[in-house]
Amino acid sequence: METVTNRAYAEMVKKASPPSNSARNIPLAFLIGGAICTLGHAFIKLYTSRGVPEETAFPAASVTLVFLSALFTGLNIYDKLAKYGGAGTLVPITGFANAITAPALEFKTEGYVMGLGAKMFIIAGPVIVYGISAGVAYGIIIYLFRLY
Amino acid sequence: MATNIGQYTLRLDQSPSIIGSAAIGGKKEAEGPIGRMFDIVNNDALFGQKTWELAESEMQHQAAQKVLDKCNLAPGDIQYLFAGDLLNQLVASHYGLRELGIPFFGLYGACSTMAESLILSSMLVEGGLAKKVMAITSSHFCSAERQFRFPLEYGGQRTPTSQWTATAAGACIVAECSQPPYVRAVTVGCIEDKDVKDLNNMGAAMAPAACTTIKRYFQDTLTGPDNYDLILTGDLGQVGSDLLIQLLQREGYDIKKKHADCGLILYDQRTQDVHAGGSGCGCAAAVLCSYIIPAIKEGKIKDMLFIATGALMSPVSVQQGQSIPCIAHLLHLSSTPNPKPQGGNL
Repeated sequence: METVTNRAYAEMVKKASPPSNSARNIPLAFLIGGAICTLGHAFIKLYTSRGVPEETAFPAASVTLVFLSALFTGLNIYDKLAKYGGAGTLVPITGFANAITAPALEFKTEGYVMGLGAKMFIIAGPVIVYGISAGVAYGIIIYLFRLY
Repeated sequence: MATNIGQYTLRLDQSPSIIGSAAIGGKKEAEGPIGRMFDIVNNDALFGQKTWELAESEMQHQAAQKVLDKCNLAPGDIQYLFAGDLLNQLVASHYGLRELGIPFFGLYGACSTMAESLILSSMLVEGGLAKKVMAITSSHFCSAERQFRFPLEYGGQRTPTSQWTATAAGACIVAECSQPPYVRAVTVGCIEDKDVKDLNNMGAAMAPAACTTIKRYFQDTLTGPDNYDLILTGDLGQVGSDLLIQLLQREGYDIKKKHADCGLILYDQRTQDVHAGGSGCGCAAAVLCSYIIPAIKEGKIKDMLFIATGALMSPVSVQQGQSIPCIAHLLHLSSTPNPKPQGGNL
């Protein structure tokens, strides 16, 4: 008997491994992600109806969502929602808040400096690093070519 | 004395006995199909401790204490202790067992550690180097998640091929031949790597190692699946089990009717949301110590193979793009000892 080659085995693995259930995951992501964004919009409406100027109401709504996400992460609810929401809970600003709050909670057993402080950005760190880097690169391009 | 049969298998002619076993489980494990058989169940995932790592240590400590109590032994009666877990530097074992004062060997075989520790214990007893040896392993979902994957509260979806690390521990005491189950033969596995890189599909990574070890055992002993009541793999889960059956089929062995997997016994795959099944050192350990060993003792299982498989990567090696090296160790457990040699060569 000849043993299975790596390539042949990779084919076997592909066949034996069930794929993610996209027919269920994608609509759920749309619904839950959409609901989070609708909630954000409801906050904007609420704040503007109370006389908050629009340029303040927008960031205020984001801040509210970030707060709620962190709160629900602490209450062990956000991860359960994400189990169904998938990309719908990952993509909005609430996903970012969850990615910072979750390691902060998890690693506080290693202390407030090397645990909570250092590991807080273990998941969100790359987003910040490359987000800021892209912003700087974009700024330089605009400056050099005097697009504005 | 033990006899080498074939290239890889060692027959333990004295047939050391597993004289006692104990299993500890968490809440989810207790709700599973064999939850009632655990010696101790703790619904508090922290086991009354401050951190997940200490919780796992506490589990090991309780497992060791329980098996000693069940056998009416004191730590001083045990000559050597083989222990392991999934955590860096084996902290669960090192902290959990530091008070026992038993000469200690720490083992890392990932989820194969229960078989690895049992093999070494049996070899020491067989060789007359010790009278009583303890083997113990554990895993904890929460300590494993934070080391290998993401923080617990992080919102993410698990893939259908991923496995659930069991919060469980198991401990055995191996002594000279006296009562079932007897360890009749062992096959130590080689490291095998089929270039699987998906951390969420460990069963697929480990199945080839299990296939090789089982095949070598069958070839060495001139036996086949029909000679055993049960071929029990540790933690291949659904995907790995399917692949193992296919791989052995290609080698000419049909194990489908005899095969079961600890990762599929510990949890109800349908209702307990564990995706492809359970995993972790504690999974194979708890299933063996709570369900299998008593079944052999009662004669419900006469001859079986226990093959625990381990994925030997680290988060660092996988981030560096390396594939997952795997291993599988095998023990032949039986309700009867090996027949006494009649003199002359076999």
